[in-house]
Amino acid sequence: MPAENSISENQRETPVYNFAYLDEQTKRMLRRAILKAVAVPGCQVPFGGREMPMPYGWGTGGIQVSAAIMGKNDVLKVIDQGSDDTTNAVSIRSFFKRVAGIPVTTSTREATIIQTRHRIPEHPLREGQIIVYQVPVPEPLRWMEPSEKETRTMHALEEYGVMHVKLYEDIARHGEIAASYDYPVMVGGRYVMSPSPLPKFDNPRMHQSPALQLFGAGREKRVYAVPPYTDVRSLDFEDHPFSVQRWDKPCEICGSTDTYLDEIIADDKGTRLYVCSDTDHCAARLASKENRQGGSDG
Amino acid sequence: MYVAVKGGEKAIANAHALLAEKRRGDLSVPEVETAQIREQLSLAVDRVMSEGSLYDRDTAALAIKQARGDLVEAVFLVRAYRTTLPRFGSADPLDTENMRVRRRVSATYKDVPGGQMLGPTFDYTHRLLDPALAGSGNAPRRPGEEAGEAGETPVEAVGLCPKVLSFLEKEGLLPEESDKGEAPGDLTRQPLQLPADRDIRLQSLARGDEGMLLALAYSTQRGFGSTHPFAGEIRMGEVEVAFTPEELGFPVIVGEITVTECETVNKFTGGGGVPAAFTRGYGLTFGEGERKAMSMALVDRSLRSEELGEAVKGPAQDQEFVLYHSDNVEASGFVQHLKLPHYVDFQAELELVRSLRRAHAANAARDSISRRASP
Amino acid sequence: MAEPAAIGFSVPPAGRGMRDAKAPPPADGSEPFLDCGLLHVEGVTKYYGGRVGCEDVSFDLWPGEVLAVVGESGSGKSTLLNLVSGRMAPTSGRVRYRESSGALCDVHKLPEASRRRLLRTEWGYVHQNPRDGLRMRVSAGGNIGERLMACGNRHYGNIRKAGVSWLGKVEIDADRIDDMPVSYSGGMQQRLQIARNLVSAPRLVFMDEPTGGLDVSVQARLLDLIRTLVREMGLSVVLVTHDLAVARLLAHRLMVMRRGVVVEAGLADQVLDDPRHEYTQLLVSSVLQG
Repeated sequence: MPAENSISENQRETPVYNFAYLDEQTKRMLRRAILKAVAVPGCQVPFGGREMPMPYGWGTGGIQVSAAIMGKNDVLKVIDQGSDDTTNAVSIRSFFKRVAGIPVTTSTREATIIQTRHRIPEHPLREGQIIVYQVPVPEPLRWMEPSEKETRTMHALEEYGVMHVKLYEDIARHGEIAASYDYPVMVGGRYVMSPSPLPKFDNPRMHQSPALQLFGAGREKRVYAVPPYTDVRSLDFEDHPFSVQRWDKPCEICGSTDTYLDEIIADDKGTRLYVCSDTDHCAARLASKENRQGGSDG
Repeated sequence: MYVAVKGGEKAIANAHALLAEKRRGDLSVPEVETAQIREQLSLAVDRVMSEGSLYDRDTAALAIKQARGDLVEAVFLVRAYRTTLPRFGSADPLDTENMRVRRRVSATYKDVPGGQMLGPTFDYTHRLLDPALAGSGNAPRRPGEEAGEAGETPVEAVGLCPKVLSFLEKEGLLPEESDKGEAPGDLTRQPLQLPADRDIRLQSLARGDEGMLLALAYSTQRGFGSTHPFAGEIRMGEVEVAFTPEELGFPVIVGEITVTECETVNKFTGGGGVPAAFTRGYGLTFGEGERKAMSMALVDRSLRSEELGEAVKGPAQDQEFVLYHSDNVEASGFVQHLKLPHYVDFQAELELVRSLRRAHAANAARDSISRRASP
Repeated sequence: MAEPAAIGFSVPPAGRGMRDAKAPPPADGSEPFLDCGLLHVEGVTKYYGGRVGCEDVSFDLWPGEVLAVVGESGSGKSTLLNLVSGRMAPTSGRVRYRESSGALCDVHKLPEASRRRLLRTEWGYVHQNPRDGLRMRVSAGGNIGERLMACGNRHYGNIRKAGVSWLGKVEIDADRIDDMPVSYSGGMQQRLQIARNLVSAPRLVFMDEPTGGLDVSVQARLLDLIRTLVREMGLSVVLVTHDLAVARLLAHRLMVMRRGVVVEAGLADQVLDDPRHEYTQLLVSSVLQG
């Protein structure tokens, strides 16, 4: 390595990074991969993943995708488990605040790019928005077939019988399909795709979404995409159709009955409480409720 | 009423402050300087340079200090820094034949032109803790030096010597490796695609975790895909790095680096119309990294099993297994990502397990009723 | 192609102890195989380096016909089965198969997609070790249902019904449908493997020592079952076995292999009752003595 690139005693100032950290050449490489992914919905496209200053498995794929599509006029929202305030979401948000200097928000409505881990916001996405999923294991066939060579062949030849064998086994053993998250979907009638570890509650939101959905897996160096208004069907049997989770109780904070709830152990006796996993949606709902109450009072 | 926890940002800032405090340790003990790490923990520096894929002793020393001595974390710091560096191009292939050798051993011949050179090795030390090192102000002991007596200055032989394996090549017993003239692949720019050619495999192994490669190499010796290796030659010393700028068209020496190279000679009994001959496993590390270089050579040879028409039986012969699992930055990140919140998925699993248990209880109750009903 | 091999068996290079199979000669000199034969193997050869795997083997297989390839271990019969079923590429020669559409395809020139489709629809492959042919961590029902699901069946109830029905056909109790194959005996595993293959009603089944590794009483029951299923479903079978008794019970025709070449071929009873080649004579007499 040439000497001027080493960190020597007399040269320790913080390096100046390109907009959104990645250099433009890397971004172009990523954009080519993303365009290919958009052109072939649900197909995993390999890309030359870079080493990021965060650990693999902590959102490096999503971060690279976000960095590649980000412009100066974008507004970024980052959530983990539906919440803007979980530590990794905070960490990724502050990373982009530092290296891209773009405005950040917690509001789903205001955001143009939403990077997420494990949830889709409750508030419906609109046209023009892009949701970027962080993906740990992009290969939906991996649990049935450990070999990458073999799974790529299976995708290429549309050989998906084995996915249904897994669903069959669940029903035979449990009476229902015992997959509650990372529930495999068929995209555009062609590719079986892992929706990243979303709870299956969110699967129906992927179907015909007006927003562009991008998926980045940093460690496995794959991107894939669901373009706006694309069919996304959860795999099932005709006589055992796909269904989603429901709760008997409303959210303890906002009273919502149609959102995904997290269970919280509230005291030593093990009392359980249920609250919305999407903190922004929950807060907004609570505010509008209070406004209405305030309005009727005054 | 429960209020969702806020304050992630504050918690993170706190953690960083605590980390800085722990890194410094007891303030009454002098702070370690990166120069001390560079000079006195040089094997740690070498490992971080190798697995971090960046030859720079000061950067590696800084990374080790910042990582509190956690070498895998230091490798990660170096890698993350490395990706931000501009690229001028690729260096010319290293000419290790022209290495200024400081250590060189061959297990295949008693004597070879150039001789055997032990160099600075742990090999024949008795692993007895030396209380003298616990203090400070110790000058290194010299050969023949006993209590009070003066010894000789240690001789470090330095020289050029021919490759041991070249003698086998000349006899036609070992295929010569030739440069196909193709630009080698670059794993840090292109994703790994299988099956991977040897250039990519060697690059992956050179970046791979020393512990992982050591275990894989060991597994081949214990029978999980044996390749019958001999340590043909291990050499360590300095080689020049040359770069040919496009606008000049001739090579310019840009520096000198220390590397350790290991070439194994492996039995190959022939077959597929090919007469019996030897084959070669290859390992190379930055700095002094003999354990890693030898492990790498054994695993490299194992990964050639398929192209040599040998049965692929052991994990070390399985490209996909080795190449996808030997990178410690990838592995460490993914194993440790389990501490990130997973409560949304766990909630989904909770609901599912509860519903399955309800169904099971209902079935059991129905069964016991029907059993009682029947005579 | 070589002149005598259009129908029946080609004469092996040495031509020792060979006789023609009793297949009717073509009336008009055309290749009748191209109208109704199922599998057409021409001069298939495989070398492993300098060693002969099998050399210049030719035969035709007709619908509903069971052909047994017999020989000791190392005779090349397993190599031949791998070549003929498209699992291994030959050094030379070709294998053609008539698809259910009527089209004749070159097995080794088929694109991967078509070859795999054949393997899960029109063909079956019964391995000697059921562990190689079953998914050991998937229930019996899932094993049987896999081919149906691979072909697009998306009705759990129907897949399950097919599972129950096939368990019955291979004489396994229906209440074992949710059990894993590991809990089955060796004979049951082998019957399950057969059910898993036959559920898609294949036209051609390859069997590699299907009764090997089972004890004699279990073998007899399995052979009986295979014979019944083959007859009822009108299957064509290429069967590899070292056991002449298995060949006599199941096969219409027989090929005896030794050191990679066919030394004798013909109608099964004829070859076994009146072996011409000294090697076949040796094989037959050793069975009688055993």
